[in-house]
Amino acid sequence: MNDKRNIFSRNIREIVLAFMIVLIAFAVQFRTGGLFFTGSNLFDLLREASILIMVSMGLMMVILTGNIDLSIGSIMGLSGMLCALTLKNHQDIPLFFLFLLAVFIGAFCGFLNGFIVAKLHVYALIATLATKYIFRGVIYLFSGGAWVAQAEMTPEFIAITTVRFLGINSLIWFAAGITILSFVYLNYTSSGRHLFAVGNSQSAAEVTGIRIRLTQIRSFVLCGIIAGLAGLLWVCKYGNAQSESCDGYEISVIASVVAGGCSIAGGEGTVAGVLLGALLMGTLNNILPLIRVSTYWQQAIKGFIILISIVINAAMQKRVKKQELRRREL
Amino acid sequence: MAEYLLELKDIVKRFPGVTALDHVQFQLKKGEIHALMGENGAGKSTFIKIITGVHIPEEGQIFLNGEEVFFCNPLDASAKSIAAIYQHSTAYPHLTVAENIFISHYEKRKRLLNWPAMYKKAEKLLRDLGSDIDPREEIGSLTVAEQQVVEIAKAISANAKILIMDEPTAALSERECEQLYRITGQLKENGTSIIFISHRIEDMYRLASRVTVFRDSRYIATYEVEGLEKDQLISAMVGRKISDLYPKREIKKGAPVLQVEHLSRQGVFKDISFEVHQGEVLGFAGLVGAGRTELFESIYGIAPFDSGTIRLDQKEVRFHHPEEAIRAGVGYLPEDRQRHGLVLSWEIFKNVTLSTLSKYTSLRGIDTKKEKEAARKSSEELSTKIQSVYDTAESLSGGNQQKVVVSKLLDADLKVLILDEPTKGVDVGAKAQIYEIIMDLAEKGYAIILISSEMPEVVSMSDRIAVMANGRLPEIVDAKRTTQEQILEIALNLNRQKG
Repeated sequence: MNDKRNIFSRNIREIVLAFMIVLIAFAVQFRTGGLFFTGSNLFDLLREASILIMVSMGLMMVILTGNIDLSIGSIMGLSGMLCALTLKNHQDIPLFFLFLLAVFIGAFCGFLNGFIVAKLHVYALIATLATKYIFRGVIYLFSGGAWVAQAEMTPEFIAITTVRFLGINSLIWFAAGITILSFVYLNYTSSGRHLFAVGNSQSAAEVTGIRIRLTQIRSFVLCGIIAGLAGLLWVCKYGNAQSESCDGYEISVIASVVAGGCSIAGGEGTVAGVLLGALLMGTLNNILPLIRVSTYWQQAIKGFIILISIVINAAMQKRVKKQELRRREL
Repeated sequence: MAEYLLELKDIVKRFPGVTALDHVQFQLKKGEIHALMGENGAGKSTFIKIITGVHIPEEGQIFLNGEEVFFCNPLDASAKSIAAIYQHSTAYPHLTVAENIFISHYEKRKRLLNWPAMYKKAEKLLRDLGSDIDPREEIGSLTVAEQQVVEIAKAISANAKILIMDEPTAALSERECEQLYRITGQLKENGTSIIFISHRIEDMYRLASRVTVFRDSRYIATYEVEGLEKDQLISAMVGRKISDLYPKREIKKGAPVLQVEHLSRQGVFKDISFEVHQGEVLGFAGLVGAGRTELFESIYGIAPFDSGTIRLDQKEVRFHHPEEAIRAGVGYLPEDRQRHGLVLSWEIFKNVTLSTLSKYTSLRGIDTKKEKEAARKSSEELSTKIQSVYDTAESLSGGNQQKVVVSKLLDADLKVLILDEPTKGVDVGAKAQIYEIIMDLAEKGYAIILISSEMPEVVSMSDRIAVMANGRLPEIVDAKRTTQEQILEIALNLNRQKG
């Protein structure tokens, strides 16, 4: 009995989110007269949400330590553009090197963010706001404002995001891989747990002997690496690299992570919650056009649904806390 | 083999504006329980943080088994099997109990964390301590006493050879204390050496074989506990006559100002009734976590309450926001002045007038001249040591910061002053001055509520003392006819019934 209540209260966020997604899905199913719940559409939905899911995992690492990264969209754009330019100029380059390049660019940008925040003691919000513009500026410096079009890419490169394995699109595999790795890292390694520890209480972390600054830098580097990879996949998926690619994408990512129940103050959050948060955002992106909601309304509806999920979440938590107080005898 | 397991020589540690430790020494024998005693602010907590590598001393040497060691961070110390339970919780509120226990030494299997094993071990540790805490619970939802038990489990699980306990009994009920004594004895038999810091003299007599006394950041003496007279110990700790430190004056009491009846808040405090008169100092004593701060946060309008009435000058009031309370004449000096009482980076005069800005504002904006005048005047009245009113609040010492907060309170027209731990983290000289100020204020006709965990302070400064325990207020006693022991008895008794 006791355990049952605990399982419910401990997973309150995930339950609320899953419920929201199911609710929306059923509403849409009804609205479209059965168009939504077809197998291919569900996989499409997952495929569309894949990049968002990956990057949300990355940002979650940063948010867990109590920081934020606003430069994600620019890192994705930079990595995508540099990979595309490299491919354009060296058509025979092994794909493996492109992946390496994407990871390296992401890691470097992430390290820069981490260094500014942890070592120069600049608030993450401001530091990454600055680097967001710097990285975006670097894209223009390399591209000269021009595109890299699909015609300038090799078929093997485009195939990265179109191949299927066991009948499932590679993007979904990438997202699944990153999610599972994040889950293992955050729950089963001490390095991952230290992200939670630092976000929970810096003074306690200091006493425990956790290297706070290093942990913060690590979170930014991991986030950067994932954003770098995602930037490469973005270029493959859309078949072009523009200087404006992914501009403002960080907002969707922040929305996913927050809707997924991560505390913006740090120290709280689950991989399952963030996965559901990203799925919720992805679902909305996918189905609002499907049910022919006017594009003018789509943004507002998204914002509204994020707000609802967060408010419900907060209300439920308050109730659980009150119940805990009620149990305390005086 | 060295004579001492751990020896510290001539340790000096300075913080901006204070010398926290002034050439102190300490020796720990293998397998002994060594009590470290002294008043608040004597430097005990800083001293432990030096042993555990959190602070690095400016001067002095540390020897472990006769070899000199240098601790640069807590990991160095824990690598030498030194563990500590700190006075202020070092818990991670949103992590589970089990994770809090194992955070510095996770159980692993094939390089991955082994949660089932940790939960199981945590459960065993807690059951051995006689506690039924669920290791999967978030630690933030536990009571202070329960969190303390977890901290103890944490230190035990780290397999400490030297265990330092900073005021472990402060928040525990009598029953929990007994358990702690039993466990501490067990640890000693297993060869652990323990440094035990406590205010409570009975703790020392029960447990320790030797005791070292610090006072005013200095080393005073080390005694064998056997044959040590209580009086000798107390005079070593206090170093002066109580009456010198506490300038209690007889002040004529006026009409009741603040009357509280049957105030309750679910799960926090229950059925609290008291009244405080003009010119009276009403002390609020109790253990950490007894609900004193929470009670006054509800009265002051920071937090809600469920039932009961508050009357100010016979008129029923209910404040929904501190601003309403200030306007009605109730002021609150928060416990954590750096966080809740001051804007540290602001100049003194801006801090003084912060909550009364409307007094200085006209259509032409804020009259800074008038502000500075007010700040200068109140600094003189309270003899705050400042260079100018342009100094920032963070540049002041703890005692002077506290005076600025008091200035801020006095700038409003108040009738009731709620002082929450006004002398916490303040050195002895400044303490005496703050006590003077409290008496001056009472003489001017303020009704004063003095919340304090320092027994001698409460007993010596108050007219009457309300003793809270576990969210209740069982008794209000006359300060002249009571002793520290009696108050502790009341505070613990209720816990014992419940615990």
